[in-house]
This record gives sequence, structure tokens and C-alpha cells, in this order.
Amino acid sequence: MELKRVVVTGLGALTPIGNNIEEYWDALVNGRSGSAPITYFDTEKFKTKFACEIKNFPFNEYFDRKEIRRLDKFAQYAMVASDEAIKDSGIDLNTVDKYRVGVIWGAGIGGLETFQEEVKNFANGDGTPRFNPFFIPKMIADIAPGNISIKHGFMGPNYTTVSACASSANALIDALNYIRLGYCDVFVTGGSEAAVTQAGMGGFNAMHALSTRNDDPQKASRPFDANRDGFVLGEGAGALILEEYEHAKARGAKIYAEVLGGGMSSDAYHMTAPHPEGIGVIAVMENCLRNAGLKPEDVDAINTHGTSTPLGDVAELKAITKVFGEHAKSININSTKSMTGHLLGAAGAIEAIASILAMKHSLVPPTINHETADENIDPELNLTLNKAQEREVNVAMSNTFGFGGHNACVLFKKITE
Amino acid sequence: MSDIASRVKAIIVDKLGVDENEVVTDASFTNDLGADSLDTVELIMEFEKEFDIQIPDDQAENIATVGQAISYIEEAKK
Repeated sequence: MELKRVVVTGLGALTPIGNNIEEYWDALVNGRSGSAPITYFDTEKFKTKFACEIKNFPFNEYFDRKEIRRLDKFAQYAMVASDEAIKDSGIDLNTVDKYRVGVIWGAGIGGLETFQEEVKNFANGDGTPRFNPFFIPKMIADIAPGNISIKHGFMGPNYTTVSACASSANALIDALNYIRLGYCDVFVTGGSEAAVTQAGMGGFNAMHALSTRNDDPQKASRPFDANRDGFVLGEGAGALILEEYEHAKARGAKIYAEVLGGGMSSDAYHMTAPHPEGIGVIAVMENCLRNAGLKPEDVDAINTHGTSTPLGDVAELKAITKVFGEHAKSININSTKSMTGHLLGAAGAIEAIASILAMKHSLVPPTINHETADENIDPELNLTLNKAQEREVNVAMSNTFGFGGHNACVLFKKITE
Repeated sequence: MSDIASRVKAIIVDKLGVDENEVVTDASFTNDLGADSLDTVELIMEFEKEFDIQIPDDQAENIATVGQAISYIEEAKK
């Protein structure tokens, strides 16, 4: 059977550097960091005292009082970003066949704060299990797409993908494949995460995964820089509307890009450490190119996973060199995590959006905070350091890798008839 | 209004996000105040906490209106 073509017709974002697509893009191309001291809890005893929090979003006005109590932050972020994407797509909710609209969402953890607070209450009590009836339904990672479907009446496939920091790229790939196969006309996809909590910061700190540059939070996320010392935890959501090409054309939709293919692989190596030769990462990019029917030379830009960890950044660039050969030097490689921090399960979504917007604006956002070259990184690679670069981008790749060795990669192309 | 009644009403306003004027004696949690099954469980738990009482499940089932909640608690606190 012939696979259907899939395009992106709507975008939404709630990020530490902008509360909608317009603000997000403006911050990306101007190289603004979203990192700052944590405001959610007292960090005195925490090794890392900063993160990329969502700022100045009026949640109490956006949601009514009852609604906000029923939604963990990660589900609130999902609602905000998906609302923006649905509106942006121009889909008429009164006429669309809602049985053919699904929601596949990515979340690496889910309602971590809800879990933390409920367990804390129990631990501080007398042993009587007085758990709130909303504890489980607020916390479970699949409640975000559940709530999106309840709000809009979307009755197609509905679930969450969980593959740590690759979660929302996996969601996007699942949505792509279901539309290709004709299961649905439209998917609301993307991901959200809200792990800037005591448990989140404490847990990642215990793994030595986070930067501890407490004296200069804005400079802490510095992918590819010689003095990088770990990632900066971020939070938020990204949402994309994926739509079957003919369906989009028939309603005269604005089309951002075609989703050409997705690749998936596993490192099969270690719980958290990347494979030093990046074998799983090589495999995922090769899978993705094959799935999209493209040659390495076709790729103009790569939004890397690039989290600013000592091992991961080098392994990924080595893998890129291996897959793309000489052509690697003519690719605009960047890491927008230098600005947004690491949004875990939402990373794949907001970075896919960054890739799509780079195509739209012919402008590649920078990798900020680069000061000192790392001798383990090929100086001939164009890492789009510190300043956005003008570039006609026809094909963009977005990489995401998760703890557990999960790798996912997506390729977008400017739409052609 | 008794002290118990006003505290019960305050909890209902807070948990169900409804207007104080709607929380009348005859108002049913589910039919009039928009509560679902999870909300009603949460309400009962809040009453237990606020008034330091235990409401067994079989009796909680009979508390469906604002008035029933107030009388149950007034009885329990005697």
C-alpha cells in the first residue's frame, strides 16, 4: 500500500524562553537563555540551585480554579501548548471528523510534583493512607493526551510515549506512521514535562547529570564548550499538528513542512551513559535517512540532542561525522538546549519546532555560551556558535536521546508539490 | 449560619470552584455543583480533615447535598 504524506499544520510552545511560538522563536534567534535561580522551592541544600522555569504565564487566568487543581503542571503545559497549536492549524473543530483525530503525547516522567507532594504528605502522617483521589489520575503520564481529547472531543488513538528525553520524538514518529498508514487524518502530538521539583532536581543531581554553575546560571548550558559540566533542567511543552497532506490541502491549510521520516534505535549499552562510539546514535540517523528516502548530502541542518554533558556531546558529534562524512562540515549543527535547558520529555517537540521554524525563516538559531573549543571536537564542524546563521534550510534533522539508551530522530523537509 | 455550616461551605467553594451563592442547603454535589465521583471523594476527605472525624464509606454514600454534609458533621461533633 502507498504511504500517505504527512505535513505539519500547527505549532504551539510554552517554554522557559517564550510562552508561545512567536516569543519562543524571538528568544531562539536572539540567543536568550531561560536559566535562572529556582523560584519554586528553597534550594539552600541543593547542589544545583537554578533551572529553566516557565516564567510569567497566567495559569490562574488560563484555567478555572477547579481545572487547575485537577491538572499537574505537566498536564497544564500540555493544554496550553496544544491549544495554541490547534488554533494555529485553523482546523474547524465543528466540522472535522473527530474519530479521525488522535492525540499522541510524550512525557518522560509525568506528574512528578503531584507524586512528590502526595508521598510527602503520607510520610509526614501517622501511616493512614489518606491519598487524594486525584493523586493517580493527576500523576500518570498519559493524562495529558487524555485531557486534551476530553477538552476537544478527539476520539482517535490516544496515549503517551515514554522514552525519557526521546519521548516526544517517539510521539511524533508514532503520529507520523499512523497517518501514513491511514489510521487518522490529524494528530495532536508533542510533549510536556514539569520536573523542576525537589525530587527532580535532587534525583538528577544525584546522578551528577546537572550543571552546578550556580554563580552564572545563564552561562551554564554550554553544549560543545570545553568547560561544560552537565545539563540545565528545563520544563514546558511543545505541540505540533500533524496532518495527512491531502486533508490539509483540501481545507487550504497553512503548511509549515513535510515530516519525511523518523528513525528509532537503542544503544543497548548502559542505563544512562551514552555509548562512547555512539553506535546507537549512528544507527538512528541512518534509520531516519532511510525511512525518509534521503541521502546524507540532502541534510542542511541538525538540531542535536546536545545537552551540554561532557560525554554525550562528543559522542553525538562523532556519530554525525560518521554518518555524514565530509558533508558534516557543511551542515548547520546547533543545540537550542543552550537556551531552553533540557525539557526532557518535551525536548523532542520543542526542538522539532525549532527545526521547522529555522526552515521557515531561513535562519538557524545559535548554540550560545561557547567560549572555549573542546579539543575532542572537530573544529571544522559548523556548530552555529553564539550567533544565529542565515541559511536556506530545505531538510532539517532533529535528534533526541533518552536515559535507557533510547534514540529517536526526525527529518523535516520544506513542502514541495 | 453555624460555624460548621460556614466551614463546610468554604470547603465546597474551594474544592469545586463554585460561587458561594450556589452552595445552598439543597444543592446536590453532583447534580447542581458539577462534582464528579473523584470530587465527592475529595470533599469527604476534606470534611474528615477539617473536623477531625472519620466518615465510613457506607455513610459517605448518603452525603449527597450540602445540607446532608452539614447535618452529618454536626451530629458527629456532638
